[in-house]
Amino acid sequence: MVKEVKTLKSFSQSAEKFEGSHLLCPGCGHGIIVREVLNAVDGPIVLGNSTGCLEVCSAVYPHTSWDVPWIHIGFENGSTAISGAESMYKALERKGKYKGQRPKFVAFGGDGASYDIGFQFISGCLERGHDMTYICLDNENYANTGGQRSGSTPMGASTSTTPAGKVSFGKKERKKDLPLIMAAHGIPYTAQIAPNKWKDMNKKIKTALDTEGPCFINALSPCPTEWRYHSSLAIEMTDLAVDCLIFPLFEIFNGHELKITYRPRNVLPVRDYLGVQKRFAHLFKKENEHIIEALQKDVDARWEYLQRREEAKV
Amino acid sequence: MASSYHLNGVEAWDGCTASAHALRQAQVDVVAAYPITPSTPIIQNYGSFKDNGYIDGEFVLVESEHAAMSACVGAAAAGGRVSTATSSQGFALMVEVLYQAAGMRLPIVLNVANRALASPLNIHCDHSDMYLGRDSGWISLCTCNPQEVYDFTLMAFRLAEHMGVRVPVMVHQDGFLSSHTVQNVRPLADHIAYKFVGDYVPVHPMFDFDKPVSYGAQAEEEWHFEHKAKLHHAIMESSSVLEDIFNDFAKLTGRQYNILETFDMEDAEVAIFALGTTWESAIVAAKKAREKGIKAGVVTTHLLRPFPFVALGEVFKKAKAVAIMDKSSPSGAMGALFNEIAASLYQVQGSRHPVLSNYIYGLGGRDLTQADLDHIFEELSQDAQKGALTHPTQQFIGLAGPKLSYF
Ligand SMILES: Cc1ncc(C[n+]2csc(CCOP(=O)(O)OP(=O)(O)O)c2C)c(N)n1
Ligand code: SF4
Repeated sequence: MVKEVKTLKSFSQSAEKFEGSHLLCPGCGHGIIVREVLNAVDGPIVLGNSTGCLEVCSAVYPHTSWDVPWIHIGFENGSTAISGAESMYKALERKGKYKGQRPKFVAFGGDGASYDIGFQFISGCLERGHDMTYICLDNENYANTGGQRSGSTPMGASTSTTPAGKVSFGKKERKKDLPLIMAAHGIPYTAQIAPNKWKDMNKKIKTALDTEGPCFINALSPCPTEWRYHSSLAIEMTDLAVDCLIFPLFEIFNGHELKITYRPRNVLPVRDYLGVQKRFAHLFKKENEHIIEALQKDVDARWEYLQRREEAKV
Repeated sequence: MASSYHLNGVEAWDGCTASAHALRQAQVDVVAAYPITPSTPIIQNYGSFKDNGYIDGEFVLVESEHAAMSACVGAAAAGGRVSTATSSQGFALMVEVLYQAAGMRLPIVLNVANRALASPLNIHCDHSDMYLGRDSGWISLCTCNPQEVYDFTLMAFRLAEHMGVRVPVMVHQDGFLSSHTVQNVRPLADHIAYKFVGDYVPVHPMFDFDKPVSYGAQAEEEWHFEHKAKLHHAIMESSSVLEDIFNDFAKLTGRQYNILETFDMEDAEVAIFALGTTWESAIVAAKKAREKGIKAGVVTTHLLRPFPFVALGEVFKKAKAVAIMDKSSPSGAMGALFNEIAASLYQVQGSRHPVLSNYIYGLGGRDLTQADLDHIFEELSQDAQKGALTHPTQQFIGLAGPKLSYF
């Protein structure tokens, strides 16, 4: 069963399934998103987690922040662990050994776990059609191991393995378009969410959890430590990300029917977003300005593409 | 309800068919699997049982062996009986998750049809994969023919799920030599086999929503050591549980197994120690050697982990020379089994242990012939007479080209 969360107050008051005593950095997006997901569920839920900040900060033996059944195996296989648990549910239910309410099955992974090492595993789960939701906590880097580049890191970002230097402007390659790749599996529901748009986020989580079959959600998760901005500004960062369309909010039904769920009234230039994070500071040097232009061009082109796809419904 | 399968008193099964029937009879709740030669027929047979209504558990056809074991871990933590099968590269791909499964104390059963590891790519039997998973925290059972594969797979569930054990178990069989060799197997009727295995009793299942559990937490220096030590103790103590299971199984079937199996060891002066199918070949050679006046014996173990080092000390008490046969590349050391046995004998017999030699054989499916085994018994006999090695400690049998030995 999935709850409707109507007001910000009721949302903020119902987070007892993920206790506060975790070790995430102040202002980390991961905790906000996890609380939001757990708040959306009333009935039984089984969670999987890949290795990454969320996992190492929430279950350090003999402590745990989780008041729901939770499993972590490795960096790449949080999705598959949950597909196994979901299969066990089907088996036990068929044999009459499980009689309770049908649980929701949810797996969390960082962008490293999702865009890179666990990519195949998620793809396998989606293809097999398990009734589960995979949620990528997309902070655009391998934060847990000290901010290395991932397949999600935007071009131009300075990371610990692609540092901006005398002859480098940071990461050379573009961000992988994971949600569209996942949607291409033809799964019933795919969405992008950001914690600043909390109603939109709650609605999409609710849709995913209420949808039978595999769903994929990509959640923008601001990381003050590696993006290098003040920890009080998480929500401002996501405001900028969605308003400059670097992280557009949309949902896709059955792999093709795309719906944009947020259209900024004033679309901001990408440089407004880049300018407030130190990982992009070097881009404002004269010799790197072309990267800002290239990023802006990419964002414009992708927005155009998303809008056309929405119109065409294909 | 799954329909029961009519079985004759004697069935002609290869090892893969035998293990698939054992999984079916144990009424495994989730099998998540990925095919690889020579274990593939286990999965195929199981799929055909499923598609013909003989199985009501879930059969999850994942995209890799790493995923197979990952799904098994998730399923086992949820709270039910879980199993899979693999070989060689597939086993190698699982290794990361084998450690994780053991650390979480999930009683998964894994059938392994042993095969060489690339490169060069090779589909035939050796024991390289067995040693790759040796220290992963799983109990490891070894078998030598399809009957044993069947019997041990049933017993593996009992052992893994025993309340005093709760450690995952692998059942090894020799790829092709056992997995694809058809022999007479005496199966149990479905209901008797299931009764022997017993109902699964979940421990800390994720599906107990009143008592939510966290599986796979991180434990740094304050706790990691303690977890590993506890696992080690549980594994060490599992051998007595296995002996009880052997005795129960003997009451049911008349087939009495022992952790160490011996042939003619009462008065043996020379002996071969070998795993898997080589046990039976070595018995043939030992009989011939005895006709020539050599007091020959053979020893094998059904239990690679926990390693039966105390029993080993007993079994070689009268032996003067022992050959330890390794079916995996030593890769810069004495053979893996040689090291284990030498260390054990030193531990229990001190310097009075027999003259030990190490034969590397059968890699990538190379035949080990009766002539090879005859030759080994001859060499052992010379060692025994001299009371010392009469040849290099380590020798490669049947290797083309120059002799290779550095010991
Ligand atoms: C097989 C394997 N390779 C590498 C690692 C090391 N490792 C652990 S977490 C991590 C990065 C996690 O990044 P991400 O998935 O983006 O999550 P975040 O920490 O950013 O939330 C890495 C490289 C590992 N645990 N396992
Ligand atoms: S490093 Fe980033 S992702 Fe990790 S806990 Fe800190 S803020 Fe969150």
